[in-house]
Amino acid sequence: MAYKFDAKARYARSHEWVRVEGDVAVVGVYDYAQHLLSDIVYVELPEVGDTLTKGESMGTVESVKAAEDAYAPVSGEVVEVNTELEDNPEWVNEDPYGKAWLVKVTLSDESELDDLMDATVYETYVQEEEEKGGH
Amino acid sequence: MDYIPNTDADRKEMLKAVGVKSVNDLFLDVPEKLRFPKLDLPPALTEMEMVQELQALGDENDDLNHIACFLGAGAYNHFVPKVVDSIISRGEFYTAYTPYQPEISQGTLQAHFEYQSMIAALTGMEVSNVSHYDGATAVAEAVIMALQVGRGKRLKVVLSPTLNPQYREVVHTYTQGMGITTVGEDAPLCDLDALADLADKDAACVIVQNPDFLGRLYTRNEMQALADKVHAAGALFVVSVDPISLGLFAPPGHYGADVACGEGQPMGNALSFGGPYVGFYAMKLDDVRKSAGRIVGETVDVDGKRGYVLTLSTREQHIRRDKASSNICSNQALNALAAAVYMAAMGKHGLRKAAELSYHKAHYAAALIDKLEGYAVKGNGLFFKEFVVQCPQPVAEINQRLLDEWGILGGYDLGRDYPELADHMLICVTEMNGRAEIEALAEALAGMSASDTGDLEGQDESDDMEEVA
Repeated sequence: MAYKFDAKARYARSHEWVRVEGDVAVVGVYDYAQHLLSDIVYVELPEVGDTLTKGESMGTVESVKAAEDAYAPVSGEVVEVNTELEDNPEWVNEDPYGKAWLVKVTLSDESELDDLMDATVYETYVQEEEEKGGH
Repeated sequence: MDYIPNTDADRKEMLKAVGVKSVNDLFLDVPEKLRFPKLDLPPALTEMEMVQELQALGDENDDLNHIACFLGAGAYNHFVPKVVDSIISRGEFYTAYTPYQPEISQGTLQAHFEYQSMIAALTGMEVSNVSHYDGATAVAEAVIMALQVGRGKRLKVVLSPTLNPQYREVVHTYTQGMGITTVGEDAPLCDLDALADLADKDAACVIVQNPDFLGRLYTRNEMQALADKVHAAGALFVVSVDPISLGLFAPPGHYGADVACGEGQPMGNALSFGGPYVGFYAMKLDDVRKSAGRIVGETVDVDGKRGYVLTLSTREQHIRRDKASSNICSNQALNALAAAVYMAAMGKHGLRKAAELSYHKAHYAAALIDKLEGYAVKGNGLFFKEFVVQCPQPVAEINQRLLDEWGILGGYDLGRDYPELADHMLICVTEMNGRAEIEALAEALAGMSASDTGDLEGQDESDDMEEVA
């Protein structure tokens, strides 16, 4: 199975991605996550002004068969939320790195990015997960 | 008749397949002294004898076919048209299970979709679910939904003191351990401003009942004013409502309710000694994903034909698991169906008629009783089918005499729930109470005044009774 990987992003083991664009970090869920869940029907997001803590739940991604937490890959304050996802949850399946970004945060601790995997390491990780039989 | 279809030959074959010589051998793992304990049961009865014995036991009960009912307080004696029973007792409906497989459940799904549509229309709300256990559970689920809508940041729940006491108790039970506080139950009775004052930035919702537990009817303007204040504080406005009252009065959806819920028993469900009943729950489309309860949706199949299916299923506990907001995703299918048949059979005009009759008869009864020495009807005069009467003697004593001497089931003893209302009775009158019954109640009460002389005040209400059947 060929998954898309964004070379500019860094990845968490729980399959969220982060891409730093200027002052903010853009966060979303990766292609492999949406593949496991199948058709996404709803995304529940935090509110602007919420504080995210790395490793803690920042919202939920719901498909027809499961509702999974999305975990914050970094800590920071939410400055923007992708409200268009509410009416277009299927974007998570179609364009998980582009249109389907979940939140934008101002990082409180940039060193947290070092704990995340880069695209190459992440690609290997995903292959291993797949061989094990999925998440 | 033998209701077990297995023959001896069948049993022999099954024993052989399992590898055992006799049925007794299947119980060898049970210690011998526990295997066939002596039960000291009387000998078995024939079906005929059993029916006669149960009939005799049943005959020892009073029932509403033989005594006049003036008791309400949450469960009501309204007329159940025979068509309700004929529809719900059809095997296809009576034995239908949860419609998780839509391809074999279109009948029950469509019937429940129609139930939802009628409840939404009746309450003036955008969407209804397929029902909860009862009115109390529906209110509790509204609280939980409000907490979800508040994203867990609003931890206060405002409960009106004239919301049914049992509903409030269920809310407390449901919210144990959730870290929320409930306020409002000690506020002055029937004071909407007092409730509005309690709605602040920590309140998830404000819950009122209309007509309330004391029978008082709030106007549309009063309710809208409260709704506006509740919304200004960012909380949800929840109204528990009598569905029959909606045959006459503005529904919660027309005065700003975020949730309209209540007890559906008055529609097509007999009193049945307390249950099973059915809680209806209607809300705004925006809040649907945070609500509990099954929802039936309309869709098309692969051939483009209309069909029905349980939808928004990711809210359910078996999918959300520990993230589910409620552990209830059941409904009262048969009772909801009965309510749906009732609404369809009565229609808008029938429901209005039932409400009008209840309203006029209750007001006639109140006028008669208010004139009696020692009795006084309390409240501001605005009520639907229930009203509060201050009595000259303890309500329990009056009720015992009503039952023993007059074959009348008296009203609810409000002192049980409101210490300040000791000796106050909540009387309920519906379309089922005939004029003679109402006048008998007044006569009986007159005979139990403080002086207990039994003198009857002269009463001639014939002019007022033109509309009463």
